[in-house]
Amino acid sequence: MSGGRLVAAIGAARAAAFLSRAMRMGGGTTMPGRVARAIEPRVVPTLAGRLRHGTMVVTGTNGKTTTSRLVAHILEHAGLVPIHNRAGANLAAGIAAALVEHATLGGVPRGDVGVFEVDEATLPRVVDGLRPRAVILTNLFRDQLDRYGEIDLVAAGWRQTVSVLPASATVILNADDPLVADVAGAVRAGGAEVLAFGVEDPACGLGAGEGGAPPEHTAEARYCYRCGRPYLYTTVYYGHMGHYRCSGCDAARPAPQVVAREVRLRGIEGTRFLLEGPGAAFAVRTVLPGLYNVYNILAACACCLAMGVAPETVERAVENFTPAFGRAEQMRIDGREAVMLLAKNPAGFNEVLRTVLRSGEAPVVLIAINDLTADGRDISWLWDVDFEMLAGRAQAVVDTGIRGEDMALRLKYAGVAEERVLLEKDWERALRAALERVPEDKRLFILPTYTAMLHLRGILQRLGVVEGFWRQ
Amino acid sequence: MELRICHLYPDLLNLYGDRGNIITLIRRARWRGIDVSVAERPVGASIAAEDCDLFFIGGGEDRQQRLAAEDLRVVKGDALREAARAGKVVLAVCGGYQLLGHYYRPAEGEDLIGLGLLDLATHHPGPGARRLIGNILIESDLLGGRTLVGFENHGGRTRLGPGARPLGRVLAGFGNNGEDRCEGAVSGSVFGTYLHGPLLPKNPEFADLLIARALASRWGDVVLPPLNDALEATAHRAAAARAHPGGPDSRREGAPRAHA
Ligand SMILES: [Zn+2]
Repeated sequence: MSGGRLVAAIGAARAAAFLSRAMRMGGGTTMPGRVARAIEPRVVPTLAGRLRHGTMVVTGTNGKTTTSRLVAHILEHAGLVPIHNRAGANLAAGIAAALVEHATLGGVPRGDVGVFEVDEATLPRVVDGLRPRAVILTNLFRDQLDRYGEIDLVAAGWRQTVSVLPASATVILNADDPLVADVAGAVRAGGAEVLAFGVEDPACGLGAGEGGAPPEHTAEARYCYRCGRPYLYTTVYYGHMGHYRCSGCDAARPAPQVVAREVRLRGIEGTRFLLEGPGAAFAVRTVLPGLYNVYNILAACACCLAMGVAPETVERAVENFTPAFGRAEQMRIDGREAVMLLAKNPAGFNEVLRTVLRSGEAPVVLIAINDLTADGRDISWLWDVDFEMLAGRAQAVVDTGIRGEDMALRLKYAGVAEERVLLEKDWERALRAALERVPEDKRLFILPTYTAMLHLRGILQRLGVVEGFWRQ
Repeated sequence: MELRICHLYPDLLNLYGDRGNIITLIRRARWRGIDVSVAERPVGASIAAEDCDLFFIGGGEDRQQRLAAEDLRVVKGDALREAARAGKVVLAVCGGYQLLGHYYRPAEGEDLIGLGLLDLATHHPGPGARRLIGNILIESDLLGGRTLVGFENHGGRTRLGPGARPLGRVLAGFGNNGEDRCEGAVSGSVFGTYLHGPLLPKNPEFADLLIARALASRWGDVVLPPLNDALEATAHRAAAARAHPGGPDSRREGAPRAHA
């Protein structure tokens, strides 16, 4: 490898990043990575290899951003300097961009540990270059099928990837997701460690449906990977997360080593639970709402505990963690409180709706649905979300976004009274109309898809409510 | 009057908001004071032609489709054939549509034998071939030349035999195979299509046609009073604009070109 090429790659990438910011072309999150890799294809393995404490990778359908930010935040509290990629820049180029951005021109990283969120379909392509110490697998839901193909293929890619990890690596995985837990066998076959996490509190779940079937139709994993017979659930927490065993073979939920007990969900006010793991037991207090965040916290804590961070440090770091934009970040707009909860697939959307409804009576909701590539161009998934929950309970729902019409129609068939629904295609007018409907002591819930969130962010930035993407 | 719906494999073939089709049938019947019952029939459960008026099959991934194909042939096939002969409505979308044909030939592995309720066969052109994905707009003689909107996402290319006619002509998108501009298939009261999105909410005239046909199989001719479909029409127009070449969809990065 030529050192001169590495220097040139970093220099060119910096120039590209500077230009894209100066010209306001957006955050400039992936273009510098593409430039650097074009000049020096080995930029990622070279820079990643120079991180003293190695690299951690987070992947899965839901929770990547929050989990990886939590891991970085905890490691910071442990005195490390993490380098991590920005939300959404989770393909190979985004990771290269983060490494280049945080390196000196001579190729020395300005940090000592890498924490990268990685697109679930991209994992196989980046593990070789990053040689991670830890891989976190959060969950697998159907998401943006038109982009990825099938969920089974993603799981197969994961199995292949983790089977070549060295014995020194740890795979932190979700015991409550049968599709993810099944990966454990492939990890062990390759020699790496498995650390499973899960929830041990049936009282906070949805129970189980008739004959042990998952009660929600968003559940993906109804049939056993190995034998094709149905899984029997005794408890479902959400989607297909729960306590299960196969009715045909010995496949079953592995006993998790890191668990959440006595979970108290308090809507948008946050969550409390007891975390127990090898050598650790402490109370978790967090502003992050919903069961999906309990899983994110378990995953991040399990990873950091496995990396040797002291339990007291983990506990303190989780308590003062503030969410990323769009992930339950609170803000003030024109004297009204608002909170934005990203909703990008049915299981995630159902949990977001439950969080909204747990937060108080008669909520006012702004839903923004886009169908760009990053959202998934197929919006049929809206019909798999249980919007029926809002019928008779939402005070008002304002719909906007490229597919706002589809959303309004979905609400009609969900039984939400038409006089409570407003379709407003102009984004800013929609935001103002929603705010006007919020009583003074209440807050507005904004539920956008991914690119709708970015678009709303741009508007809020113009209004001076939030800072620019690249300053975060 | 009562509309009896039979939802086949709701747990297995439920890929593209298929449940939205059932929700739409239920709502549109009940808004007119028609009672509705829905029987869910998973793998292993038998069905009887005389128990239901409308049978629905959705789409699924390869593994699920294989499980359903086997069950369809062994457990439910005879009853479904009898239902079709008796003029009951059968609606199949995407994977379910393929299973109503003679066979589905995958890129690798053995053929899936279908029911042969529709005169068509489906071939997957190979692992390297691109999937036919995107918003789709068709016009249908069945609806007096009105359009149907939806989203398609399939690897298989379907070709019709002389015993089936297309549901519609492709105006934007791919349709059965991306070549002959045909979309879907109709034979008697059996309907198959690649349109999901789901199909029925934004195409209320088609939903009503199916409800009327299903009711007619037991109650004689019925006339369904009109509903206020303003929102349905708005959503239909927006989706059509998104699908149409020259519409906003075609200018976007990654958008499929029609008839490619
Ligand atoms: Zn099994």
